Amino acid sequence: MLEILNLLKQYGSLVAVDYLNLKIEKGEMAGLVGPDGAGKTTLMRILSAILPPTSGSARVAGYDIIRDAEKLKEKIGYMPQRFGLYEDLTVLENLNFFSELYQLSKKQKDEKYKEVFNFSQLEPFKDFLAGNLSGGMKQKLALSCVLLHTPEVLLLDEPTRGVDPLSRRDFWRILFEQQKRGITIFISTSYMDEAERCQKVAFLDKGRLIAYGTPKKLKEIMNEFLYEISCDKTREAKSVLEKVDGISGISIFGEKIHFTLREEKLLANIKNKLKDTGVEILNLRRIEPSLEDIFIFLKQDKIEIRNG
Amino acid sequence: MWERIKHIFLKESIQIRRDRRMLMIIFVAPLLQLVLLGYAATMDINRIPTAVLDFSKTQESRELISLFRNSGRFTINHIPESQKELVELLDQGKIWVGIEIENDFVKEMKKGKTVPIQILIDGTNSNTAGVVSGYINQLLFSYNKKISQDKLQKKLAQGLLSGQVQPVKILNLENQARAWYNPELKSRDYNLPGVLALILMITTMMLTSMAIVREKEIGTIEQLMVTPIKTTELILGKVIPFALIGFIDVVLVTSVAVLWFKIPFRGSFFLLFLSVGVYLLTTIGIGLFFSTLSRTQQQSMMLTFFFVMPAIILSGFMFPIANMPRLIQYLSFANPLRYFLVIVRGIFLKGSSFRVLWDQILPLGIIGVIVLILSTARFKKKIG
Ligand SMILES: Nc1ncnc2c1ncn2[C@@H]1O[C@H](COP(=O)(O)OP(=O)(O)O)[C@@H](O)[C@H]1O
Ligand SMILES: [Mg+2]
Repeated sequence: MLEILNLLKQYGSLVAVDYLNLKIEKGEMAGLVGPDGAGKTTLMRILSAILPPTSGSARVAGYDIIRDAEKLKEKIGYMPQRFGLYEDLTVLENLNFFSELYQLSKKQKDEKYKEVFNFSQLEPFKDFLAGNLSGGMKQKLALSCVLLHTPEVLLLDEPTRGVDPLSRRDFWRILFEQQKRGITIFISTSYMDEAERCQKVAFLDKGRLIAYGTPKKLKEIMNEFLYEISCDKTREAKSVLEKVDGISGISIFGEKIHFTLREEKLLANIKNKLKDTGVEILNLRRIEPSLEDIFIFLKQDKIEIRNG
Repeated sequence: MWERIKHIFLKESIQIRRDRRMLMIIFVAPLLQLVLLGYAATMDINRIPTAVLDFSKTQESRELISLFRNSGRFTINHIPESQKELVELLDQGKIWVGIEIENDFVKEMKKGKTVPIQILIDGTNSNTAGVVSGYINQLLFSYNKKISQDKLQKKLAQGLLSGQVQPVKILNLENQARAWYNPELKSRDYNLPGVLALILMITTMMLTSMAIVREKEIGTIEQLMVTPIKTTELILGKVIPFALIGFIDVVLVTSVAVLWFKIPFRGSFFLLFLSVGVYLLTTIGIGLFFSTLSRTQQQSMMLTFFFVMPAIILSGFMFPIANMPRLIQYLSFANPLRYFLVIVRGIFLKGSSFRVLWDQILPLGIIGVIVLILSTARFKKKIG
């Protein structure tokens, strides 16, 4: 449904997408995860055929992004990172405008409106200016507009960014409903909990795909032991840990530190060192890695796993 | 195709209706400009400070003086005793015009040879000096006509630059062409049709480029680009509303010019609309071109500004093109305003027909088509 081959995008000397390869099957929901500036938006734009890549190619819904750009557009629904609808038009006027651009018949329009109003609950607001809606409602409206022409592939660029948790859950409920109908979804996000809900997750860092696979499989990548420690002097503890041989990844999560250890028996040594510098350990335990741990682990070790 | 264009058009119209700033640009700004320029920026000069040195002191000379006084243009506020005093007044800037009527005024006139009057004009500001000498010519012309059986002869006026003496300008009465189409030499009549051309250019060019760049700025263009709409559909849907606004502005500005400022309209409305249509191809085409060059509305406004300023100067709106350096004259052939000024003045003041104006309309159309093709080619459904 979506296949990316050696895709490269450069802005001058800056490499925004670095020879990327990726394949998403029909009906799958794949998440694209990466920090700001990783290249998520660039990739989404290239896949929607509105940004030409420097080299490489991609096929979306059976169409080549360069040769069949216009046909491809009939098959995809793309939600840009920035709200792309008209804030000075009402909800209904926005829907009308986009259904006319996709040339829906009167009958198709009626059916689709019923459907999108059903899942979005926006009908009571249909005469509101889009600009006056809440963030969550705006995103639901935007999703409605890109679903009007029944696309086969949805490309969503951080659709839940800055949206309150309740609306986010609502939004995901709609996405799952759409997925059940067979739509392929590629969604970028910076929320790890959202990535966990996808069937496949792609980790993007500085334009490079550092891992791709099911969340479960990605967690297996980490063949080391992950520990979580909480103590009274987080900073001091961190600088101690950094000097220990055998610790490969350290990251701070609030008051807690996560670190990975190559061998379990090094643990006693670490405890001693911390005690020597006057750090009191409140809690130290082995934990199951989250996707975030994996991401940090992969970033630090520069491990490259393609099409994992 | 037309369905999609229609809906972009409708969407655009709704947005324009809801945008108060836009409505200001469309309806209030043109009227404001028209009224301002109609009242303030006319080249008509009244109450010109004038001194009369009358050596003749006859019935006839007084008649001539009262002709000046009653014209409403001249205020005679000094009666010097000698020519030296007259020149002094001129030097000090107390008067703009000095009239000296010779002793033998009546005698010479009866002989039918020359009118022995001397007119000195302060030439510091060549523009006003030109206008003033135009008025004087006109006055003397009608005086001449009044006593037409007497063959008046020349030797009439002398131009003098205050401070430094310039070659004396002899205004020959008989050689002065009468301002045929604008007999009262009202510069307002001449200027207001030109103001219409300016308003149309600024309004449509700016609105077009801003409306497109606005979609870039707020990000909606990205959503439009992923729809299967064609570039030409998008462009047409976006610019047709502004072409219509152009026509509305024509009606608005023409009405005020004719009904309020009493500017004559001697030509055909149909021809005016036709040539406005051709003119709008160029202004909207350039606006479209600017929109492909800008990322922000501010940039597109700046581009419009930097285009319109030289376009006005090189159009013949203020200074005749024939007086410009050769290179600049060639450059002005690419200036749509140049052609449209001739057209619109012709239609208003002379009632010119298509047969007279086609050689202005044609180049205008060619420029329009070229700009439109260029900017459509530059307009891509791509980010960047
Ligand atoms: N038009 C552009 N010109 C130059 N650099 C750009 C442009 N767009 C994005 N970039 C750069 O490309 C990198 C990837 O950006 P982006 O795709 O927006 O990342 P993300 O969406 O993951 O935050 C960033 O370093 C960004 O600064
Ligand atoms: Mg982004």
